[in-house]
Amino acid sequence: MFVQPGIKRARNALEAALSGLYDLVISLLDLIFGTLQRLIGVRGMPYIFVLPNLLIFGIFILLPMLLNFVYAFTGGASFTPFDRPWVGTANFDRLMDCTNYLEPRTCGEDLFWRAVYNTLGYVVIQVALMVLFALVTALILNRSIKARGFFRSVFFYPVLLSPIVVALIWKWILQENGLLNGILTGLGYEKIPFLVNAQWAQFLVIMISVWAFMGFYMLILLAGLQSIPADLYEAASMDGANHWQSFSKITMPLLMPTMVVVLVLSLIRAFQVFDIVFAFTGGGPGTATLYLVQYIYNYGFSSPNKQFGLAAAASLLMGGVLVVLTVIQLVVRREEN
Amino acid sequence: MSIILEYLRRTKGHKRIDITDVFSYVYLALGVIVMFGPIVWLILSSFKTSGEIVKFPPRLLPYRQDTVVVEGYADPLPLYEITFEDGSVRTLAQVRRIGLESQLVDPANPGEIIKVNINQRQPVESVYFGLENYKEGIASFNFARYLWNSVLVTLVATLLTLLVNSMAAFALSKYKFRGSQAIFIIMISTLMVPLSVVLVPVFLVITNVGWNNNLLGIIIPAAATPTGVFLLRQYMLTIPDELIDAARIDGASEWRIYAQVILPLAKPAMAVLTIFSVMWRWNDFLWPLIVLSRSEYFTLQVGLASFQGELNVQWNLILAMTVLTLLPITLVFGFLQRYITTGIATTGMK
Repeated sequence: MFVQPGIKRARNALEAALSGLYDLVISLLDLIFGTLQRLIGVRGMPYIFVLPNLLIFGIFILLPMLLNFVYAFTGGASFTPFDRPWVGTANFDRLMDCTNYLEPRTCGEDLFWRAVYNTLGYVVIQVALMVLFALVTALILNRSIKARGFFRSVFFYPVLLSPIVVALIWKWILQENGLLNGILTGLGYEKIPFLVNAQWAQFLVIMISVWAFMGFYMLILLAGLQSIPADLYEAASMDGANHWQSFSKITMPLLMPTMVVVLVLSLIRAFQVFDIVFAFTGGGPGTATLYLVQYIYNYGFSSPNKQFGLAAAASLLMGGVLVVLTVIQLVVRREEN
Repeated sequence: MSIILEYLRRTKGHKRIDITDVFSYVYLALGVIVMFGPIVWLILSSFKTSGEIVKFPPRLLPYRQDTVVVEGYADPLPLYEITFEDGSVRTLAQVRRIGLESQLVDPANPGEIIKVNINQRQPVESVYFGLENYKEGIASFNFARYLWNSVLVTLVATLLTLLVNSMAAFALSKYKFRGSQAIFIIMISTLMVPLSVVLVPVFLVITNVGWNNNLLGIIIPAAATPTGVFLLRQYMLTIPDELIDAARIDGASEWRIYAQVILPLAKPAMAVLTIFSVMWRWNDFLWPLIVLSRSEYFTLQVGLASFQGELNVQWNLILAMTVLTLLPITLVFGFLQRYITTGIATTGMK
């Protein structure tokens, strides 16, 4: 009773102080921007406003993207683009050099093709499972169930975790003497070498990433479900539609645009799988969980003989796929609006 | 089949409990275990002693052996339950262990030493949530340094992100100027190319600017996010231009219009961007991993990753540090949950 006004007063004082500080900063900056405006006029001001963003964007996003092309078409071990000899499409030829594309062993860059196939397998299974779980969860959370907010938070919470934390948590559970093997031996089964066996590692990487990102897509789908007007269902049930009919004739068609967004977003994300796996398996055992971004990372940063040209060429190929996917998403979004 | 079909339907506002409700609650209960169980297990494990943590099969709760202070012995002695040959059971404190023989005393009668085989003793344990792992981890892991780096990066980068992106969004939404369309289109088109595919050239640029092993190297480059510009611009487009005209007639400078008319009105969008920026920066891994190689500049995420890569992994310390790194983001989520969930649902970004 006595605390409440105290807190309120303190908060008011803090707010007043903050807004005072804000006004002060704004007024000081107005000295600079006001002078600028007198010099170049109102019409020049928008350029001043975009300038900081454009500088950072140009130097750290646009320039690297252009430089990537330089790397991809030049060879040698030098890191400085101008010291690198022009090699044309040699890097791409090297990546594409295969007697049989379906068999990575026959390729000049067998690691690249292993990474390609690992990534493709990962993308297909992970996206399918992700969309399935996200959809089922969203459908259930859209019902009139108790403690909906609580359940939604629980399913969403892993999205907030950093990739390192996700990897550590699961490594701890799945290690040889971890919780899961403890439960297995308790039930009378043999221990499973989860992190040493290639198939298990591939499967678990998929499940862990579904665990980590599912809540994000669930939330988007939930918003899509909630935007479907309730009177459609009432009208349908008055017309004698059963549950399956109202699901297949109302829910699914109206949810389709959201589903496509979720599908494309999760595809783009899945192609870039890296950080969780990097901390969880490091690409192993062997090359079982070596994916494309890690292939690029290895050649660009961690390998003893760095091959920037190959890394850049591989990233351009991958970037091409991503651009196509994003264009699909933008087109769908535009149609939606 | 019909059950599955029924289960998929939308049932808002029906009254009686039917089979689909049972399915829903079973699914949700399993979901809670799978989604939240690992976190609970992490937290419970983080309190375990280094001896307890390597035990197999693992126990759910953290235990610690009870100790007792016995007259004549400086250190507290560990307590054991001893089963004697005649079947009697006594709780005794162990003085020392020699080979297979354990020498114990009765805390009530410390003069007499009792010798038994070590197989006869069973440690007396009780549940104990100790902070030893946290203290030791903070001391040995350079935690304070990494925490400071992470907090600094998150705060400065978020402030900068808000300023730089809102200024650009203001210009792109409230002015018609030559090149505005081109700038917007170029920015939007880079939305689709992720950092992961331009790793090498980004590293080159940062090296040439001289920001290797410098926190500026992770603060500045990520400050101009096309996503942020896009989000704020779309929101500012909904603010009526009449407000700006009125302010101009009152003699306000363009800067004051931006800072004192538009920004206060764009608060909801700014809040969403703030939350995302905090999440991005705090959890960022790939970029700091490339830019920072000296450990005094590590952020928490890079520090954790390097710590777990060391040879004999001290899990008890790592787990305690992991819990500490997810505390801030959990608090943010607790307080701003509504903004986060609606923000994601409406913008579709993370």
